[in-house]
Amino acid sequence: MARYRYFKDSFVKAMSVTPLKLFSTILFRDIFLGMRSQSELVNPLVFFIMVITMFPLAIGPEQAALMQISAAIVWVAAVLASSLTIDGIFRSDYEDGSLEQMILSPHFGYLLVGAKILAHWILSGVPLVIMVLLAGPLLYLPEHALKTLFFTLILGTPILSLIGAIAGALTMGVRSSGMLQALLILPLIMPLLIFSVSAVNNAMKGLSVDGELYFLGAILVLALTLAPIAVYSALKIRLGE
Amino acid sequence: MEQSGNFFQMGGYAFYVWSSYGLTLIVLLINYLSPKFSEKKLIAELVKRSKLKKTDIK
Amino acid sequence: MWKWITKFASPMHFYLLVNRLTPWLGWGAAILFVAGVYGALFYAPADYQQGESFRIIYVHVPSAWMSMFIYMVMAAAGGAGLIWKTKVSDAIARSSAPLGASFTFLALATGSLWGKPMWGTWWVWDARLTSELILLFLYLGYIALQSAIDDKRTAARAGAILALVGVVNIPIIHYSVEWWNTLHQGPTITKLDTPSIHIDMLIPLLIMALAFNLYYAAMVLIRARHEIIEQEKNSKWVQDLIIDKVAV
Repeated sequence: MARYRYFKDSFVKAMSVTPLKLFSTILFRDIFLGMRSQSELVNPLVFFIMVITMFPLAIGPEQAALMQISAAIVWVAAVLASSLTIDGIFRSDYEDGSLEQMILSPHFGYLLVGAKILAHWILSGVPLVIMVLLAGPLLYLPEHALKTLFFTLILGTPILSLIGAIAGALTMGVRSSGMLQALLILPLIMPLLIFSVSAVNNAMKGLSVDGELYFLGAILVLALTLAPIAVYSALKIRLGE
Repeated sequence: MEQSGNFFQMGGYAFYVWSSYGLTLIVLLINYLSPKFSEKKLIAELVKRSKLKKTDIK
Repeated sequence: MWKWITKFASPMHFYLLVNRLTPWLGWGAAILFVAGVYGALFYAPADYQQGESFRIIYVHVPSAWMSMFIYMVMAAAGGAGLIWKTKVSDAIARSSAPLGASFTFLALATGSLWGKPMWGTWWVWDARLTSELILLFLYLGYIALQSAIDDKRTAARAGAILALVGVVNIPIIHYSVEWWNTLHQGPTITKLDTPSIHIDMLIPLLIMALAFNLYYAAMVLIRARHEIIEQEKNSKWVQDLIIDKVAV
């Protein structure tokens, strides 16, 4: 209830102000709310580290074998962990009705959506990037490849949030939505996986990684322009317009 | 058109060729029959419903 | 013209249209299937490299074509449903999904059956098979979304968004997979490549492709009709229809 009142006050204020103010209001509100539920923040990261840990246990601790597939493991684990966070984007706002108010407001639907996605990325993508950098040495990822891994994640995690938001909006309030979200997201982000892992592998071999990073950048730009439209329409449909 | 007695052997590839065609046939048939049956069921259900309604009125 | 289209977008006229069209489409597909299979198994000469096993392309390639074509139809019909809010296009989009998934499955299964004698293994991470597999995942996601949302119209419209996102994504998936494949496999040529095709081999292929298209058209209309009747079961025209049936 307190959350609702907080939101309502800020929303009323936001109605009379500029788009930028609205955007930042939603953004800070979401970050503020997200920070309060620490388990939701931490659990995906713990899950990520657990998945990473299973591979040396399954394959064996040989450095060479692990190094060869380290980029693949890190990226697959990151994708899985991030698809688990998608449920949080819209769920609580959907359940307490505030999302409906937001979408029904005549103002800047795409901005609202964009702010929520950005907040999700800050809350789940950024911690994941930091976590990956810490996890790299666990799999003997060489340092120069770690830098490339960092770049692929910086370009890739926003895409995960953007595409994830589409799936999150489509599956709001549906039974066992978590599983369904993963099913919807995973085929869509396979190109991301291909380019990112191959960039890191190339970096390990000392080859150029520009091509892959350009592809990732292009996909990011495409997702940035189109995903908010899809999310906004999906929200309108699921809320019965 | 080479049609000797070993047409069914498909030059040694019989298993692969015939299972491809067989599988295709099965899938196409299932896709044909399942909506047929479900439509019949639906119509029967609706007919039953309308009969019930009629007797209710009477 | 516009009037004609809007007329058939109404559920009742659609029902009548389907009743009139499907026999033609169905029989057309059946005749073409017979002709195509005859051409595929008897008329076409054996390939000089692959021998008789190449005859699998007559079911493999049309299935693969259909799998992509149906996804496009699904997205286009879904988009039309979003814009004009027509029940008929929603029904067509929803009915396309299981058909598309079946064709994708067929393309994968027959590709695998072809690959076994050619490559020696049931599965090779070849670019085309991999793209087809991801396409199957896209279909399965769509179907899962449909069954998760109870209200059929909302489900159809949510599915339309998903299908449109998929359409934007398909070229990216396709090129990324192709690129990934050349990266990892080097210059090994996929043997599933249609061999420089002889005209006698091509004609049955085209007939089969046409047969698959007509089959799809007939089946999607039958499924959509079923869906329309179910959604409209409380409307007057369906009640009248049922009364006619009862009278008979």
